[in-house]
Amino acid sequence: MQVWKLIPLVALLAGACATTPAETTSDTGQASDPAKPLPMRVAYNPDPYPSTYKPLPPDDVLIRNATVYDGLGGEIKGGAVLIQGGKITAIGSEASMILPAGIRTIDGTGRFVTPGIIDIHSHLGAYPSPGLEAHQDGNEVSGAVTAEVWVEHSIWPHDPGFTRAMAGGITAMQILPGSANLFGGRGVIIKNVPGRTAQDMKFPGAPYTLKMACGENPKRVYGYGGGRFPGGAPFSRMGNVAGYRDAWQRATEYKRKWDKYNADFDAWEKKTKSPAEKTGDDKGPGDPPNAPDRDLELDTLMGVLNGEILVQQHCYRADEMAQIIDLSHEFGYKVSAFHHGVEAYKIADLLAKEGICGALWADWWGFKAEAYDGIRENIPMVHNAAGGCAIVHSDDANGIQRLNQEAAKALGDGARAGINIPKAVAWTWLSRNPAKALGILDKTGTLEPGKAADVVIWSGDPFSVYTRADLVFVDGAITWDRSDPSRRPVVDFELGQPGEGDVK
Amino acid sequence: MIRSFLLVASLLALAPAAFAQTVAITGGKIVTNTAQGVIENGTVVMRDGKIVSVGTGAPPSGATVIEATGKWITPGLFAAFSRVGLSELDSENPTNDTSAPGSEFQASLRAADGFNPDDTAIAVTRIEGFTRAAIVGEPGQGLLGGYGALVDMSGSFDSIFARDVVMIARLGEAGAEAAGGSRPAAWQWLLSAINDAKAYPRSYITGHKEGDALVRQDAMAFGPVVTGRVPLLIEVHKASDILQVLTLRQREPQIKIILLGATEGWRVADQIAAAEVPVIVNPLQNLPDRFEVLAATLENAGRLQRAGVTVAIADPNEATHNTRFLLQLAGNAVANGMTWDGAFKAISSVPAALYGQPDLGVLRQGAIADVVIWNGDPLELMNSPDAVYIAGVSMPMESRQTKLRDRYLDLSEPLPQAYERQ
Repeated sequence: MQVWKLIPLVALLAGACATTPAETTSDTGQASDPAKPLPMRVAYNPDPYPSTYKPLPPDDVLIRNATVYDGLGGEIKGGAVLIQGGKITAIGSEASMILPAGIRTIDGTGRFVTPGIIDIHSHLGAYPSPGLEAHQDGNEVSGAVTAEVWVEHSIWPHDPGFTRAMAGGITAMQILPGSANLFGGRGVIIKNVPGRTAQDMKFPGAPYTLKMACGENPKRVYGYGGGRFPGGAPFSRMGNVAGYRDAWQRATEYKRKWDKYNADFDAWEKKTKSPAEKTGDDKGPGDPPNAPDRDLELDTLMGVLNGEILVQQHCYRADEMAQIIDLSHEFGYKVSAFHHGVEAYKIADLLAKEGICGALWADWWGFKAEAYDGIRENIPMVHNAAGGCAIVHSDDANGIQRLNQEAAKALGDGARAGINIPKAVAWTWLSRNPAKALGILDKTGTLEPGKAADVVIWSGDPFSVYTRADLVFVDGAITWDRSDPSRRPVVDFELGQPGEGDVK
Repeated sequence: MIRSFLLVASLLALAPAAFAQTVAITGGKIVTNTAQGVIENGTVVMRDGKIVSVGTGAPPSGATVIEATGKWITPGLFAAFSRVGLSELDSENPTNDTSAPGSEFQASLRAADGFNPDDTAIAVTRIEGFTRAAIVGEPGQGLLGGYGALVDMSGSFDSIFARDVVMIARLGEAGAEAAGGSRPAAWQWLLSAINDAKAYPRSYITGHKEGDALVRQDAMAFGPVVTGRVPLLIEVHKASDILQVLTLRQREPQIKIILLGATEGWRVADQIAAAEVPVIVNPLQNLPDRFEVLAATLENAGRLQRAGVTVAIADPNEATHNTRFLLQLAGNAVANGMTWDGAFKAISSVPAALYGQPDLGVLRQGAIADVVIWNGDPLELMNSPDAVYIAGVSMPMESRQTKLRDRYLDLSEPLPQAYERQ
């Protein structure tokens, strides 16, 4: 959707009433005959379901005398973090800070402060609790290629899992479609805040993502249909790759059509602005070019080829990840992260060279053949490659509540294998690296002045099993307070039910 | 790396001599799980597969001394509910013997008959400190899943050390579905099955070929449960379902019941305690992911403990490959209100006692020498065992996973990894 950036806002407003609501066209602004406006460029709104997120009222605070992991790998003992107006305004020693008079202080003695955890792989809202038949909204199983679906259209904001994740220090997450399909559809990045609608939770300014899946799942769901629904291709791993290639080829041709249309329109526009008498061309601009037909599936894939949509690739085996890397080279796009990557440790060097993150579990294995070679040191071994990027992910409504514990296991396992990583560095697996792989590192993921105050205050060392999140801030507002029932949200579904939330 | 290899090598060297020698582990913090409590700077002495002494005395002369200053020494862990050794790959049916949805048999199935001591999950589980486990199948098309057995984690062909120790059943939502669609149907089926077992073999000889609920083999197999010789492990979660199960204590007082799951147990904790029914809970179950667990909370285990209920910790959903997760579950139980002592016992001595094994899960004179040396608090996520003894024999601290790890730690070696086997 590169074309969008070329269109001035005023043109959008002018065009909006002249076309169907989904279609926005630009006025050239050069109409010579007011009675007959010139045709306008066909372009589509890339954000038709915009974020309506509003931060909670800010809680400006100074957190003092805490152990601070800055998310960049640094640790500050006896450190302070200043939160004002939703942003981090200072981090370091309290003495070096200019403090506003009367600012609320929180004693961090014995506590740890970290960036909020970002889970790069969740299905909350799309596969919510309770897991009713009516709630199976995470996989559009009707076809192997469903790049046209957007998981945000499945998100139920009243999934109690969001509040459980909050208690685990999760401040943002990527919701992905499931892995039944080769192309599962668009993922969405959300802030972990209660909302009435999915749009209320959407992370403003975050890019869209595309879920793709390797291996057993697509070929089982489709090929193994045994002639029944859904059946058909792919039937094998080579069928998987043929399915990706076919779709990317179609996307390539689609993009070529749109690129040509836009180039032709530019040329036509230029002609309309340069009267024939000046250019010596007596034919005039003629008719404007016709826009290609819109294809919602290929819109998403073209977004990837244009570098605007980030690929999140579910893939377990090392050899398949290498095939996917070649696929991405063949069609000219980049894989942002391999998800699950149970065998990532076998190609840690290749992933580092390609600049692809591994979004991994600490120790899951054995539930299927492609998960057979899982080892406990996967995360530290991916991290340890020069330039390696490891991410701790959950893919699970339980695991998302304890990603810090999963990181702790990986850290301990790495040490057992001789890979010694400081805890403050390991925190990059939980916030900075996922933010990077989601294209939101400029907004969150580390404790740096100017960034969103997405912050967790832990009761102690967050790599201890006995530690819990005391306070969670999203954009400088307390979304979760373990000691204050009025700051522990209860979703609609749980209201009036036994217990009303986990903390009963 | 090198240090851990040396440790493995030295332990392997010890193994053949273990039965002939007296071994003293000294200097560590000993968790006894007995009235002795925790002993700082203590010594555990073992010989011929048994514990000889636990205390603060010096190692006996002539003993092989294992220095464990700064370490923790505990009984081997005992999983109250596991399926280790029953499934190599969960999704590949030929390798998965946890359940038989296509079988007409229920009570007469025995998990022990599917146990594979070469299963790769056994070493994976063992090197995390687990020395024993109750292995229990999963009900297939019916309400009963057959008998569980007790196994050690040695990986030897004689790993099974007790058979027919528990019978698994399911009620609640899953039981209702298996019984034809409702809780009343499931309850009627269970009562009928009890009657069938009582009537066996009489009614199966005279006229009836089959019982109301159970086929002949199952009626025979269910007998020891109905007479109370073997406990019935009933998976149930909802508070009202738990109370329904507890009515069996009046109706059939001889039947020994253990609750599995009991996610809403905290709401009826006093009743469970009064009925003297133990529970096996997953302390991390806090999502209302079914209507029968709407009151799920991380505080369930701690509240049950405080009410006086006997609590063991396990997760039936992670039973084939990740029995080792029980350490993390126990740690989280402590973070949410259980005592450390109670949580550790819930993965060691409590399960041993549930299944009639008082010489396991404890460190005291005469107990079986299942001993683990840890580099710190075993419930802490970054800690792990340095050494594991099963009946006095030191176990190799490697698994297929550690071999894969070692093969790929250095990717710059000249030959392909396939040539590297350590």
